[in-house]
Amino acid sequence: MTIGLGHYLFVAAALFTFGVLGIFLNRKNVIIILMCVELMLLAVNINLVAFSAFQGNVVGQVFAMLVLTVAAAEAAIGLAILVVYFRIRGTVEVEDINAMKG
Amino acid sequence: MLLQAIAFYVFAFVTMASGAMVVVSRNPIYSVLFLILAFFNAAALFLLLGAEFIAMILIIVYVGAVAVLFLFVVMMLDIKVTALREGFLKYFPIGALIGLVLLGEILFALGVFGGGSATITSLDKAGVSVGTMDNTRAIGQVLYTQYFYLFQAAGAVLLVAMIGAIVLTLRRRPGVRRQRISEQLFRPKDQAVTVVKVPTRGGVS
Repeated sequence: MTIGLGHYLFVAAALFTFGVLGIFLNRKNVIIILMCVELMLLAVNINLVAFSAFQGNVVGQVFAMLVLTVAAAEAAIGLAILVVYFRIRGTVEVEDINAMKG
Repeated sequence: MLLQAIAFYVFAFVTMASGAMVVVSRNPIYSVLFLILAFFNAAALFLLLGAEFIAMILIIVYVGAVAVLFLFVVMMLDIKVTALREGFLKYFPIGALIGLVLLGEILFALGVFGGGSATITSLDKAGVSVGTMDNTRAIGQVLYTQYFYLFQAAGAVLLVAMIGAIVLTLRRRPGVRRQRISEQLFRPKDQAVTVVKVPTRGGVS
């Protein structure tokens, strides 16, 4: 019973799908949506590292580190925007965020 | 080999289950904690793949920084838990449909259903070997030479994110007295000291 590349890719696909599902299901809380984006980025990282390990090429892990950097920056900026928005409006519901509608 | 397979299945199951619990759990704090669990198990999967450095970076960056940041924000914004779950059942069918379609597409693209994608099977036979040197040394030799500018760009991204987060959340509240040292030091003598001629038995009014 050997664990192949397909097993890891299945885990990554399931995680990515859960992330997309969470964005569709949580229409109320922006924080959960940000967490789902993190989940999707984790799935991408699993894909990159799995391909890197099974190809014997280390470049995929370098790219996984860059994805990690971007994920950290995105979380910081997103949460900062969220805190400022909550300070102004007093809510984080998705349906109330319509101040820029045309 | 059997032990490796058992470890993979345990870690993969916990990763996927906690990923699902992030989505469906009722309290945002539980969501953050399940996110941390998912990150830990993904790091264990990376260890199984032989990518030790990325596994440790994942724990340090994601669990130590990002998840704690989420936890801070969830606890700082007091959100009523019950009101947040109203639209869940209403959007569940369309969300589940889209999720299933997406999962099917990804798995079909990967050739899990015997679609016969030749590249993946040939990659499988390549085996796990990232050279003879250890993982961290291999990453360092590539990262600091071939991808040096990309590394610098990542640092610039982090710098911009840091400045942006500080600028966004900085606020000056009115009515707060602050010590302004330069004003204190540059105050001229005639604003600070006044010479009063005091009459005898008069006192200073």
